[in-house]
Amino acid sequence: MDDTAALKRTPLHALHLQLGARMVPFAGYDMPVQYPAGVMKEHLHTRAEAGLFDVSHMGQVIVKAKSGSYEDAALALESLVPVDILGLGEGRQRYGFFTDDTGCILDDLMIAHVDDHLFVVVNAACKEADIAHLQAHISDQCDITVLDRALIALQGPRAVAVLAELWADVAAMKFMDVRHCRLHDVSCLVSRSGYSGEDGFEISIPSDKAEDVTKRLLEHPDVQAIGLGARDSLRLEAGLCLYGNDIDTTTSPVEAALEWAMQKARRGSGARAGGFPGSGRILSELENGAARRRVGLKPEGKAPVRGHAKLYADTEGKVEIGEVTSGGFGPSAEGPIAMGYVPVSHAAVGTLVYAEVRGKYLPVTVSALPFVTPTYKR
Amino acid sequence: MLKFTAEHEWLQLDGDVATVGITTFAVEQLGDLVFVELPEVGASFSKNDDAATVESVKAASEVYCPLDGEITAVNEAIVADPSLVNSDPQGAGWFFKLKLKNLADADGLLDEAAYKELTA
Repeated sequence: MDDTAALKRTPLHALHLQLGARMVPFAGYDMPVQYPAGVMKEHLHTRAEAGLFDVSHMGQVIVKAKSGSYEDAALALESLVPVDILGLGEGRQRYGFFTDDTGCILDDLMIAHVDDHLFVVVNAACKEADIAHLQAHISDQCDITVLDRALIALQGPRAVAVLAELWADVAAMKFMDVRHCRLHDVSCLVSRSGYSGEDGFEISIPSDKAEDVTKRLLEHPDVQAIGLGARDSLRLEAGLCLYGNDIDTTTSPVEAALEWAMQKARRGSGARAGGFPGSGRILSELENGAARRRVGLKPEGKAPVRGHAKLYADTEGKVEIGEVTSGGFGPSAEGPIAMGYVPVSHAAVGTLVYAEVRGKYLPVTVSALPFVTPTYKR
Repeated sequence: MLKFTAEHEWLQLDGDVATVGITTFAVEQLGDLVFVELPEVGASFSKNDDAATVESVKAASEVYCPLDGEITAVNEAIVADPSLVNSDPQGAGWFFKLKLKNLADADGLLDEAAYKELTA
């Protein structure tokens, strides 16, 4: 059996081939990295019109309390994430992460309060481990159900108008709202969110209807299929973390500059402070800061600085201070962009550090994230 | 005389000087180029040394020196505008001129038919 035969396929696999995608292995799936238009055009199209992404490789999981009460499900999940889930209103979604006992990040995820339960979306590469983690820790209180559904993202300034042609009420949704809806008579779950820095939607669709709904969206002249290549350059410009690159089991949420995702209720003097794995370290870092920080990095020259490039305090590569975790070219930023970790002594915006690229030490300026202004409809 | 390498470079030979670039096939694989780094004029390379670097939105790739020789000219136009390599890889998107150490080395390169077969 060759490598591709072992890869899993999403419900949209045949459609990707029809559209002429170049397929690559990603997190165990055969996924489109780009279509004939190419990464650059796909990226710019998403920022100008609307891009459609297949993200069905991600895990979609329902967490429902055996008692049937949302509060019980919320409190159970709060034992695994430093996020206020109890305070999440019905029809609202929040970003969060599973932490481990050392206060580092096992995976990041989206958590939605839907009806009487939680709907969570986790990374493809982590989904088996995440499901096992949920089973091991909260299955006595909650039923953990893995959904076999497709997930697509429609991102960009035209996304709302395109989707409103199928379901007019979508225009009333705000950033991070979640709603049930019917698209072409197919029952879907829509959230106004995404991973591009643009206004847009993620749509969970029954697998057997996914190709039909997706094809109809693609019929719209403003919509183009977008591959994983542009998905990565879009999220990098938006300053969003990629699990496995920018955050992992060696990075804490405060090091990763993700304090904003940890609400007051779970912090030091909050109503439900702590009570999640690694809370000792995380609460202490929320109070006192961490020794290093994830920062934006803007190379001064034209050469892209990629992930794993070492960062130095000096032009000769004598004092190593950190590492680039994601980097490339930003088509909308119109130049190379990156992010990585530096000590707090070097984390102030405007600080000059040096990245090692092919034996040279290129000047890189610590920059504010994101690199583009997000257009979320708050 | 037009020759090719299995590493997807083309060489247009004029006496003992070869104009070198990357093939249309290579450019299609790489996608839109955003950065090109060229060698210095006067630099000497052995066959398969890294002579230039190209970067797409996604990744960096090396361009190997196809034969032993010395760089006599580089195409600064593709440094200023890397998209020239995408739009005209086997013309205006040339990379450098290489004065071959041994002209006879060129006999070991692929001709167009052999290269086409390789990338078919």
